[in-house]
Amino acid sequence: MSTHRFAQPCTILRHAALLFTGALILIPFAWMLSLSINPPGEIFRASFSFWPQHFYGIENYTQAIAKAPLLRFMLNGVIVCTAILALQIAVCAPAAYALAKLHFPARDLLFALVLIALLLPHEVLSLPLFILGYKLGILNTYAALIFPYVVSPFGIFLIRQFFKTIPDDVVHAARLDGLSELAIVWKIMVPMALPAIIAFGIFSVVGHWNSLFWPLIAVRDQSLMPPPLGIMAFRNEEAGNDYGPLMAAATIVVLPLIIAFLAAQRWFVEGTTGGAIK
Amino acid sequence: MGSVMSIATKRFRANHRPVQRDAHALSTSDLRRHRLSEIGAAWLLAGPTLFFLIVLFFLPVLGVFVIALTDWQFGASTLSFVGLANFEEVFSDEGFRISLVNTVLYVAIVVPGTILLGLGIALLIESGKSFRAFYRAIHFLPYMATLTAMAIAWEALLHPTIGLVNQTLAAIGLPTANWLRDESRVLPVLGVIGIWQNLGFAMVLFLAGLKSIPQDLYDAADIDGADLWVDRLWTVTLPMLGPVFMFVFIVVALKAFETFDTVQVLTQGGPGHASEMLLFTLYRESFQYLRTGYGAAVAVVFLFILVTLTLVQARVMDRKVHYQ
Repeated sequence: MSTHRFAQPCTILRHAALLFTGALILIPFAWMLSLSINPPGEIFRASFSFWPQHFYGIENYTQAIAKAPLLRFMLNGVIVCTAILALQIAVCAPAAYALAKLHFPARDLLFALVLIALLLPHEVLSLPLFILGYKLGILNTYAALIFPYVVSPFGIFLIRQFFKTIPDDVVHAARLDGLSELAIVWKIMVPMALPAIIAFGIFSVVGHWNSLFWPLIAVRDQSLMPPPLGIMAFRNEEAGNDYGPLMAAATIVVLPLIIAFLAAQRWFVEGTTGGAIK
Repeated sequence: MGSVMSIATKRFRANHRPVQRDAHALSTSDLRRHRLSEIGAAWLLAGPTLFFLIVLFFLPVLGVFVIALTDWQFGASTLSFVGLANFEEVFSDEGFRISLVNTVLYVAIVVPGTILLGLGIALLIESGKSFRAFYRAIHFLPYMATLTAMAIAWEALLHPTIGLVNQTLAAIGLPTANWLRDESRVLPVLGVIGIWQNLGFAMVLFLAGLKSIPQDLYDAADIDGADLWVDRLWTVTLPMLGPVFMFVFIVVALKAFETFDTVQVLTQGGPGHASEMLLFTLYRESFQYLRTGYGAAVAVVFLFILVTLTLVQARVMDRKVHYQ
């Protein structure tokens, strides 16, 4: 359809321009990878080349893993993101169903509350949430990293929109088959709304895996740090100017999401930009 | 999935028509009981959400306002209301004024840069058929990558002696700089990193907008003599992208206002206050200096700016979304 919109001779120009901007975009990644396989001597030499004369990758990566508990950071990231997502779906899906399919007084009021909560930037709430975490005695635990995100207004909004497109007849049929309302949510609605659930899951996991602000406030122990906080602490305390291991550590932190993204591009683009509604 | 629904629906219609007819014969008390059980079920299902919304969103927002009006400090057992004293302190504070101005300048760099590059790249990608997914993936990559780690990579890239930027500039005979320690350069440099991170996001939204422009309009423009792609760009593409444009503008502005990671990792607001931005000020005052009331007042100002932007966005979306 689009070949018609633009003239043919542009094709070469198009590739040239996109390869150029693409190369610019990739420079920080390339630089990070390059430093991570260079020996210290070559990094600080005047004539630097992207590919080292002496491949030093194995030394840098083993040093990074030995010096910083990188695998621990990743495990923390997995634990925190999984717990947040599981709780968000467990709390949001039933509420989304009630808002989409049930009639009850104050339904519009509840939905208005969801929309108002959607307006609030989470960083603004950090001070009272910190105090709440302190009063509950859960600061500096996994629970501190998880509790502010138990309910996701965006998740409720997204899943409700999808539930509304499922015909009421499906719900009536399930009721006549003797299913309870809770069973309708988990056995009928959620499986049917899987695309919306997956999109929300990617939005949630990407956001919390990459987030630095709240973890910085909520935990102090290195053994609890998620990847972004962990690598920042590693940079501040240990690596200093030891660029090889530091870049190796950065590469290890960035890699999982990049691989997941390249493997399921369309889902990731949809999931993370669908969040733009927020 | 459509077929799953229609099968379920058909089966329902086939099996349950008699039951449905019986429903008309239900007594009013049965109906009322049914209504009550639906209300009960609804509150059971939505109850946890209501509880957590109140505890994790609405009480904290209220708390920020209350703290901002008191002299309460972390750990103190007493507090007294001091009216707007915290806000007076915030607005008379040179540091906060610089932080606010820096944030606005940063947004003024990031938003136009992100939109122009995002739109340009989206137009280039849409102008041909080959390698679309490939180009989209490359340009979207920074948006996915953990910014804290990539900030460390940028730091190495901008390193005064071994960084690629200065090495390249020196090689072609241009002056070099200490990019992150130079008061006049640090904010634009952070802006470049912000553009680098967000342009893929803008690109994806523009790509979606471009796909939704009907081919008929291009055909009509053809007939009207819009032969050059520039003509088609000005008469069809850009006007039709209007709503997307506005939407991207606000979403990117929101993201830019919420910039924290690069400041925290790369500059700590320095040199001097040259790269201090609102969210970093909020974090430092509240959690490092423990100036609780001051921090809460900054949070209220921050909230005010972001909510205003989001409400403008909601209005734009309302105008754009005319179904439902």
